[in-house]
Order: sequence, then structure tokens, then C-alpha cells
Amino acid sequence: MADATVEHSEPVTAKVEGDGENGVRRRDFIEIAAVSFGGVGALAVLYPLISQMAPSADVLAESSTEVDLSAIEPGQSIKAVFRKQPLFVRNLLPAEIAAAEAVDASSLRDPETLEDRTAEGHLNWLITMGVCTHLGCVPLGAGEGENKGEFGGYFCPCHGSHYDTAGRIRKGPAPLNLVVPEYEFTSDTTVVIG
Amino acid sequence: MARIIGILVGAGFCIVLLYSFIVGAYTWATDDAEETAEHVFHLHPRDADLQSAGWFGTFDEQQLQRGYKVYKEVCSACHSLRLVSFRNLEALGYSEAQVKAEAAAWQVPGIDPTTGEATTRPALPTDYFPSPYPNDVAARAANNNAVPPDLSLITKARHDGSNYVYSLLTGYRDPATFSVDGESLAEEFPDFATPSGLHFNPYFPNLNLAMAPPLTSEGQVTFDDGSPATIDDMARDVSAFLTWTAEPKLEQRHQTGWPVVLFLIFASVLAYMAYQNVWRDKKH
Amino acid sequence: MSFPWAKQYQPKTGLTRWIDEKLPVPRLVYNAVGAGYPVPRNLNYFWNFGVLAGFCLMLQIITGVVLAMHYGANALVAFDSVEHIMRDVNWGWMLRYAHANGASFFFIVVYIHIFRGLFFSSYKAPREMIWLLGVVIFLLMMATAFMGYVLPWGQMSFWGAKVITGLFGAIPLVGEPLQIWLLGGFAPDNAALNRFFSLHFMLPFVIAGVVILHIWALHIPGSSNPTGVEVKTESDTVPFHPYYTAKDGFGLAVFLVLYTAFVFFLPNYLGHPDNYIPANPLSTPAHIVPEWYFWPFYAILRAFTQDFLFMPAKLMGVIAMFASILVWFFLPWLDKSPVRSGLYRPLFKKFFWFGLIPCMAVLFYCGGAPAEEPFVMLSQIAATYYFAHFLIILPIVSMIEKPKALPHSITEAVLGEKAGADDAVPLGASGDGAHRPATA
Repeated sequence: MADATVEHSEPVTAKVEGDGENGVRRRDFIEIAAVSFGGVGALAVLYPLISQMAPSADVLAESSTEVDLSAIEPGQSIKAVFRKQPLFVRNLLPAEIAAAEAVDASSLRDPETLEDRTAEGHLNWLITMGVCTHLGCVPLGAGEGENKGEFGGYFCPCHGSHYDTAGRIRKGPAPLNLVVPEYEFTSDTTVVIG
Repeated sequence: MARIIGILVGAGFCIVLLYSFIVGAYTWATDDAEETAEHVFHLHPRDADLQSAGWFGTFDEQQLQRGYKVYKEVCSACHSLRLVSFRNLEALGYSEAQVKAEAAAWQVPGIDPTTGEATTRPALPTDYFPSPYPNDVAARAANNNAVPPDLSLITKARHDGSNYVYSLLTGYRDPATFSVDGESLAEEFPDFATPSGLHFNPYFPNLNLAMAPPLTSEGQVTFDDGSPATIDDMARDVSAFLTWTAEPKLEQRHQTGWPVVLFLIFASVLAYMAYQNVWRDKKH
Repeated sequence: MSFPWAKQYQPKTGLTRWIDEKLPVPRLVYNAVGAGYPVPRNLNYFWNFGVLAGFCLMLQIITGVVLAMHYGANALVAFDSVEHIMRDVNWGWMLRYAHANGASFFFIVVYIHIFRGLFFSSYKAPREMIWLLGVVIFLLMMATAFMGYVLPWGQMSFWGAKVITGLFGAIPLVGEPLQIWLLGGFAPDNAALNRFFSLHFMLPFVIAGVVILHIWALHIPGSSNPTGVEVKTESDTVPFHPYYTAKDGFGLAVFLVLYTAFVFFLPNYLGHPDNYIPANPLSTPAHIVPEWYFWPFYAILRAFTQDFLFMPAKLMGVIAMFASILVWFFLPWLDKSPVRSGLYRPLFKKFFWFGLIPCMAVLFYCGGAPAEEPFVMLSQIAATYYFAHFLIILPIVSMIEKPKALPHSITEAVLGEKAGADDAVPLGASGDGAHRPATA
């Protein structure tokens, strides 16, 4: 559009007007300016059209979750919901902590220690997303009596990924450890995720 | 041929319409319908003079906070606000912590986590304002058979809604002494009587409103900012608040509107110059 | 098609040549709305409204598709999902107001477009097909707009759906089963809402298809013009681009100023407050009216108040309402005047400006007014004139009228005596006859 509009001014201008270089330029400028304004306007309209697809205010408002830990006994875990996805909160047994610490982190596919993956002073609270890092299935192991996999943590039945008691990937196709969301202990028994 | 058929069909329509017209005109001329009290004495809303009115309208946060307090302490006893969430109160100038504390002061329906039975719990910022009644039947039973409407959209759901709310709240009168422009209701319509349980209010379409006057005495609500709380002030503040609940994006709309319209006016001028420029060698 | 002097498409770059050889879309565009389409040089601003209507259709489709991403077509959530759009969706309030007011502005533009056609007799040979397709577009628009208004599921949505489907109930014998079938129930509910949403989403694309046919049919004889004299020589025309693209660009910009003023400052002015009350099947609003663009037809519907012979008033109202639009289909054969433009038809012009226009104004007003006297009587008189105008006056006027002398050509009409003179008349030298001297 732009080039066509501008380019039309052509010989007619020169022939009829004959008012020299400046006149021609000023007129072309008006057309360029008009078409540019149209372009800027069209681009500005794109902004709301694109941004309407981003999460709406009510979705963003629910982007943090409070979890009460007081009812979770050692060795138990619960499934909470964080941003419409499962969240595993697990109260590790001393044996499970020991098992996790016995592994040399540098030998793992995604090298992290249990300390890296828990809050300071709360080594027994393993809080991870319940989303397998392979293709997004929900691993087993948080529920009572579910298959915890070969390493006593979680087991994803979709493609057979095994996670250990620190939620680290040990066997199977998943590339990374279960994701640890950002969270904060607001008291000894409440934690705010997100 | 087409024209002859057309004329015949047209004549048919015209005859039927004229017949309807004559019958209607005859009826209208012969039996004059009596004027009704609500026809003569219904008043248009008074101007509440809110800051949100007009093309440059904005919200006065202090006023919205005062209006919220009126809603909370007076209106919310009967009226829900179901489309508004506590988190929305941040737009009134409250901080996140204040909103959280405010929400916690309200009880919303919940589920007992151990027994699964229905119970109530303190609200979270993401919760919506709870309804004072569990359902319409309960609302009807508690209010002399009239359901108090939800107030979230009330200022958009009535003609000239912001002024209407203000006028209605300050518009209760005694029908015995009510007059408009020197015409007295009691004289013009001696049979007019407000049914028992209803309340005379000339701003309500049929003049008889189920809602008892909600704002009855000065200082009924104590404003945190120390503003005076006459009935007029409280009515104006709550109508400002309800203008916000109905159209929370009003300020953003006006703020976006001006640059857009001015941009387009400038673009029109440019487009006109470009148009004249393109056509300069063509007479048309 | 079109004229022998129409410019031919010349690909400018290797890429456009490559595309043009494989799929000549650039050529199509060039011939349709580019320099390859010669257009009469004397079009006035009334000829801007076709392009504006096309713009409105695109605007409605884009905003509509976006709103459909957030809307819930279920009677339980529809109202709240619209409020979710208004309150929580990023820019949702703007998109919804743009769509709601876009519908109103679409109708404003189309009404002006139709009245342009009526005054300048754009429906006459050889342009009958363009006109017929245009009426089809208008009918589709009305159906689309009606179903769209139901979607917010407010009080006016619900009762509008009830009343309009009730019209079909007036048809003898099949009426009632037909109404129940249309609604998928005995009153508007989830079934009706869902099908209305589905059809409201689909019909705009049907409209777009008919618009393409409308434009295709336009390009066979070429555009009409205010003198009604056909194009004869090259000097009667200018290429669509850049001449009319520039003019349409200006028209569009002015349109957008008015439209955005409504979207941002008077967004609910053309709507009805009752539609902000959720649908309630047990309580009818005191004063139900359709959206403003249906008022004239609603007034005609309500003008039939008396049973006549064996015909019930309700049925006649429904027939008349549909007939008031269907009559447009027959205009090319009802008006046989050899002269097209109303400017050269003294008698027609009087009936148009002092008959049809005031009659439409009255119908508009009465359609929005309560069904009380004197509005019913006024609409009865106006509706009588409406039918008389198209079915009686127009055929008779076209037989008895003595038209004014037409110019020999468009060029003559534009340039006065210097008929056929070169275009390159010095600037301003004879600017008197023009609508507007071309000043730079």
C-alpha cells in the first residue's frame, strides 16, 4: 500500500505543478504521513488483540496457594493444586532424607542436592510440582499405596520415569528433576506457594 | 405487470393499515384513558454530581472507600454484590494486606475439610462478595415477597443509574404532602395510597418501593476519613461506589479514549490532506 | 469485464510475478480495488459507505472471534462470562464495547448505503443483481444481529428471543411447532442460546461470501454515480487506486473518530439498561424494545392492531414486517423510470425527501416508543406511507414524471461545457462547478 500510494505522484505532478523539488516532496510527505498513521493505528490495535489472550485478572489472582502442613504426618504426602496443576507436598522420613543424601549429586542427570531442593531448616518438606518433566503426566507416589518407583520417590506411569525421594530424575526418559516452585514458609505449619 | 401487482399489493397493505388507524384513532378519541399517578408524579433522577460522570470522569478513591463502607454496613444486609471480588478492592486504593484483612472479615460458604459438610470460612481476596441469602426463595421470604436485586451492575441496569441510586436513596417522601410544581398528589389522585409494606418514593417507576428507607439518620455510618455523613453524603458516596462496581474500567476507558480519539482526529486531517493531494489534478 | 482502458496488472518484482503466475491473487486485488478498476470520477461522499460497510464486517468478525475465546454459550454462565470479559479479561471491556457498538455502526453505515441506493436508483439495470445481493446481505445481517443480542443472556436478550421467535408462532397451522423447533424448547433456554451462538458465529462468514458476490456483481457494470449517466470514455473515470483509496481512507478515518467516541465515551448509549439484568423467564421488563436498528420494522409489526376479514392482526403484522424488506427485492421492476439519479427526477425527489425520509424517521421513533397512543397511530400512518411509497407511488411516478435533462457524460457533468476536455485543467482555473476545489 505505502509504496503504491507514494509512487503514483509521478509525472503528473511534475508536469502540471512544475513547482519544483520542494513542492513534490511536501506532497509526497503528506501521503507518506497519512499511510504511516494508518499503519501505526493498525499496529496499536494489535496490542489489545494479542494481550486479551494472556491470563485474565481472575486467573492471575489465583496464582498463589496457601498450604497447611500441620496435618501431614512424616512419610505422608498430599496433593494440592497450584495454578491449576498438582502440587506434591511430602513430609520425608529420616530414612528417605538419608537415602537422598547418600547419592552423589554430581552423578545425576540433573545434579541437585536435597538442600538445593528444600527450604532452609525444613529439609523434611519436599514441595514439588506433580508434573513429570518428560511430557507432563502426573507421577504416582503421592497417594497412599501408589507405586513409588524404584527409588522410593515418584513414578510416572506414562513413559516410566522414576524419581527419588528428593524428586530427582533417576531413570526413564524425563530430562529434569520435578520442578520446585517458589514458596515461602509463613509459619512452621503454613507455606505459601507462588 | 410487476407494477400492477405491486400497486394492488400496496393498496392492500394501505387499506388494512388505514382501517387499523381509524379504529385506533376512534378509540383514542372516544375513551380518554385516565392519567395515572405514576405517569404524572414519577420523577427523573436528580444529578448526583459524581466525579465519574462525563467524558473526563474519574473515580475519587476516598469517596469509593466511603461508599464501600456504606455498602458494607447498610446495603449488604439485604443486597448481594456477586460480580465483585475482594481482590477488586485494591482499585479503591487499599493495599494487598488491607484487602486480605478486609476479606477475612467476611464469611463465605465453604466446606469443612474433615467432614465435607457445608460451613462458612473467612473469605480470601480471590472470593466474591457473599450473598446475604442462600437463594431467591429465602430472599423473598425475608423481604415481604420482593427479592432485593444484586447491586453489582445496578447503575448500568437502570436508566441514568448513578443518579437513580442517589435519588432513590434520598427520595423517600410522605405521599400526603408530596407535590410537583405545585400539583399535589393527594389532591390530583385522592385514591392514591401506598400499600402497606411498601414505601412511597417518586423516583421509583411505580412510586411504591418495597425497600424501606435504608439511610435514616445522619452519622449512621462513621467514615474513616472523618467526612461528614449526612444522608445525602452517604447516598452520593454509595452511588459512586456502585458506579465503580458496575463499570470498574471506566477510568481506564476514558484514559484510553482520549489518545485514541485525538490520534484519529489528527489522522483524519492528514487523510483529508492526502486525499486532496491525490485528487489535485482531477476535477470532480 | 469492466472497461477497455482499465490498466493491466504489471508485476513489479520477481516475487509478485512468481505469485501472479501460480495464483493471480495480486491481479485480482489490483482489478478489484486497485488501479485496475476504473471508477466514475464524480462520486460523492455517499459512495464511501460501501467500503465502510466492508470495514465494519471485518471489525465485527475480528472482535467477535476474540470475544468467543472468552464467552460461555451456556445459559448458566453466559451472563457472567460477559461480565468476566468486562472485568477480568485484558482489554475485554474494550473488545466487547467495540463489538456491541460495532453492530450499531455497521447498521448506520448500511442504512446510509441503502438510502444512497434508493435515492440514486442504484438498483436499476444493469445493476439489479448487486441490489438483490445487497438485500440478502441486509437480511443476513439482521438475523446475525438478532442472535448476537441474545448471547449476553440479559433480560432484553431473553425477551427479544421470546418475542421474535413468537413471530413465527403467528404462522397458521405450523406456527407453534415451528417456534418450539426454533427454540428447541418451550421458551428460550440453553438449546436456543447454543444454536444462536453457533449461527451467530457462522453467519458473518456467509455474509462475507455474499459480500464477495456483491462486489463481483459490481465489477461487471462498474460503479454507478450521482448523475446516473453511464461511463462512456476514459475521461469519465479515474483508477480506484489511488483516487478512491485516498478518499475512502479519509472517510474511514472520520468514521473511526465517531465510532471510537461511542466505544470509549458512550458505550451503553445505544444499548438498553435492562440487558444488564440477568435473564429471568418469570418477569418481563416493563418496556421491551429491540435494538434501535430494528425499530422501523418493529413499528410496522405493531402497526397492525385490528383483525381484518379472515386475517388476524398478529399474522398481518408479521407478514408486513417481512414484506417491508422483501419489497426491496422488487424495486428494479417497480421503478421503471429511465433516469437513475434522484437529482434529475423532480417528482421522485420530492417524494423521497418529504415522504420516505420523514416516514422512516417516524417509524424509527415509534418503534422505540412504548406501544401506546399516539405512537401506534403515528406508526400506522408512516407504515401506510412506507408501503404506498414503494408499491404505489414509485411505479406511478416513474410513469408520469418528466425528468430533467441529463448531462451527456460524466465528464460534462463535472467539467461543465468543456466536455471531454483534457484532465490536466490547471488547478483552480475552473473550480467553480466542482464540489470542492482541489487545493493543496
